[in-house]
Amino acid sequence: MKIKYITKSAFLAIASLVLLQVQAAGIKYASGEYPGGKPIGAMVAYGPGGATDFQARIATLASGKDAFIGAPIYIINKPGAGGRTGWNWFASEAPADGYMMAAYNVPHFIAQSIVFDTKYNINNLEPLGNWGADPAVLIVSKDSPFNTVEELLAHAEANPGAVTISGAGKFVGHHIAFLQFAKASGKKLTYIPAKGGVDALRLVKAGEVSAGFNNLSDSARSAADLKILAVADNQRHSYLPDVRTLKEAGVDVDDSSVNFRGLMVPKGTPQNIVDYLASKVPAMFNDKKTQKKMKSTNSPSRILTRDEVLTMWKERQTYLTGLLAGLK
Amino acid sequence: MEFLDYFANVFTLYHIALLVGGTFVGIILGALPGLSPTMSVALLIPFTFHMEPESGLILLGAMYTATVAGGAISAILVNVPGAPANIATAMDGHKMAKQGKSKEALHYCFISSFVGGIFGVVILIFFTPPLAELSLKFGTTELFWIAILGITIIATIDSKSVIKGLLSGLFGLMLATIGDNPVLGVERFVFTEHLTGGVNIVVGLIGLFAMPQVLNLMENYYSQKNAALSAVGSSTLMSSFRYVFGRAKALSIGSMIGSIIGIIPGAGGQIAGLVSYDQTKKFSKNSDNYGKGEPEGIVAAESANNSMVGPSLIPLLTLSIPGSPTAAVLLGGLLIHGIFPGHEIFETNKEVIWTFIDSLILAQFLMLFIGLFLSRHSGWIMKVPDNYMAVGIFVLAVFGTYSIGNSYSDVLIMVSLGTIMFFASKAGFSAVPVVLGIILGPIAENNFLLGKLIGGARFDGNWILYFTTGTINITLISICIISITYGVYSNRKSKNK
Repeated sequence: MKIKYITKSAFLAIASLVLLQVQAAGIKYASGEYPGGKPIGAMVAYGPGGATDFQARIATLASGKDAFIGAPIYIINKPGAGGRTGWNWFASEAPADGYMMAAYNVPHFIAQSIVFDTKYNINNLEPLGNWGADPAVLIVSKDSPFNTVEELLAHAEANPGAVTISGAGKFVGHHIAFLQFAKASGKKLTYIPAKGGVDALRLVKAGEVSAGFNNLSDSARSAADLKILAVADNQRHSYLPDVRTLKEAGVDVDDSSVNFRGLMVPKGTPQNIVDYLASKVPAMFNDKKTQKKMKSTNSPSRILTRDEVLTMWKERQTYLTGLLAGLK
Repeated sequence: MEFLDYFANVFTLYHIALLVGGTFVGIILGALPGLSPTMSVALLIPFTFHMEPESGLILLGAMYTATVAGGAISAILVNVPGAPANIATAMDGHKMAKQGKSKEALHYCFISSFVGGIFGVVILIFFTPPLAELSLKFGTTELFWIAILGITIIATIDSKSVIKGLLSGLFGLMLATIGDNPVLGVERFVFTEHLTGGVNIVVGLIGLFAMPQVLNLMENYYSQKNAALSAVGSSTLMSSFRYVFGRAKALSIGSMIGSIIGIIPGAGGQIAGLVSYDQTKKFSKNSDNYGKGEPEGIVAAESANNSMVGPSLIPLLTLSIPGSPTAAVLLGGLLIHGIFPGHEIFETNKEVIWTFIDSLILAQFLMLFIGLFLSRHSGWIMKVPDNYMAVGIFVLAVFGTYSIGNSYSDVLIMVSLGTIMFFASKAGFSAVPVVLGIILGPIAENNFLLGKLIGGARFDGNWILYFTTGTINITLISICIISITYGVYSNRKSKNK
């Protein structure tokens, strides 16, 4: 009787141990086998050669190293409709198996999901990490009579609606910066939505518009043709240490318009894969060679982890819903 | 003469190999529908990632030069322009090929591309500072009038009936309104999800030219009409050179118009080729032969679209403002190498920039040699039986369309447009005005909307003043009026004959 009991419990113990082992091996298999050297796609919702495209290529340079993801990342471009074509495809059709990522642009995709009927929103996408942040800056041409934010606003006060400010289209970072600027200053200003950032910059350089909101990276490069009046961010930027923030200039504008770029996967991707990627992606962005390349191409880097991005997305969602409420 | 100092950098084994390879591959890619210069340069940029800046730019420059010329090969041989810039070439080039003179047509094409290309690079070398200032003067309203000038030629280009020309143009303008409008921030005419991205210019081009050609070839095959021609003509290189250089007027009009349009931000090769074709036609003694296989038409179009290349880099290099869609992609290529355009670029990145410009001159020569060499073998393509040709073009058209945005929707749009165009062409409608509408519609509309906003703020609501003041605006309006009047006049004249 006793012997039988012992064998039975021994058998049970062995069986449960084996089961545990199998289970453990299963976990090990799932996390160790992914990605198994199989290349991972990263969809960019803008055309090749653009800022998001080439930054995505730089940011994912180191992915093949074993210390990081352990599989190379290839870029696939699906441009159209300001990014909506690509992101709609990503949220509705991309495989959720960890082999297809996408680059996000905040606040663009969040603003679009509020204004337009899109298939994506912050709830069906899973961020992995953030590689860069490009704040909007307020610029005027080098021949402009305005030298400070105060002078520009004084002119707007005297001539309501006559101050024109260009940006890269509607419901993008520049437009958000404009809306915040107009709201916080209380002045009547006219927004000029150009077709893309390069075109918006041209309008400023040629003196067709009074001022413009444009990318810090592009404006810093063109410093000879421009006067940069202020940065739409919470703190000054290392590229332009002498340029004040809008807050310092007395206009209460925060960092809601900053163009954040990072990687995400669609909802439904197995949690262990999301966790694995989230643990590796920020480190990959921080690779020494990658950071050197980011610097030499004037791409402002800002690395955030998955949890930090999740918080940032939620904040933007709440804020932008309020800001854009009257504009739908 | 600073540029002479850097030729030595181009003549290294590695750089020459890059140039020859880039030019050869560029001509072939340019000839494939869908792989337009913009697309080819964009696809190549990631490959230059790990190269030295000089080498990367040399490869991109060779690609830009060669793809623009290569697009004419398919325009001439199979009536499918490789890129929007070669539409005008197809009108006379393919007629010549059908008359058994494909080799001659290709000779004219590459020789005039070479002359225009060299002209453009010379402009880039010697006149960059003053022209950079000029390019900034072409603003919103000026671009609007340039688009209108393009629209004035819609009615008379490549169709016998003015009404049919206008209707086709209108159809093109309507297609261009589909999709997202960045100025208004709204989506228009998006009945199905496939139309979210609108009708891309190159998708439209492939649909309107390649698909009807596929269907025509199939029709010929089933009706046993053997249209395949093995004759390529007996012209010699010498006689071709003599002919092209004898067309000084067409060459100079083409090169001048190409260069001017290159400098203007937001225009580009597609407009250069068509406008110069139209102007040369108006000034020509043989204007009645245009569209029936007149070699002068090829000379005008090809010298224009290649002379656009050099000047399109002027605003790009000095102001960071691209002069053509391809130059816009090239901006990304400069940035990833840490070369930041600006007035001081000829100081800060002296060596890289001058080496790049020098390599563009060499690329023109290579384009000429390789192009002329390939022309000798054009008979191979002309000999392909209709059924094989139809399948070949169809496969390339689908592949080319898909590669633009990795989008299945684009393929659907391409095939639908092509089928409509096939039947419309039976009723005497031409594809050229439709494509012109797709190209010019957004330029005219967006600049009108922006000009109205800016003008309204500037002139206290009276925005029309913004469009009608300024020397360039008044000049452009006058040219538009002359163009329409001349069109009506010559139409009357030919009717009275």
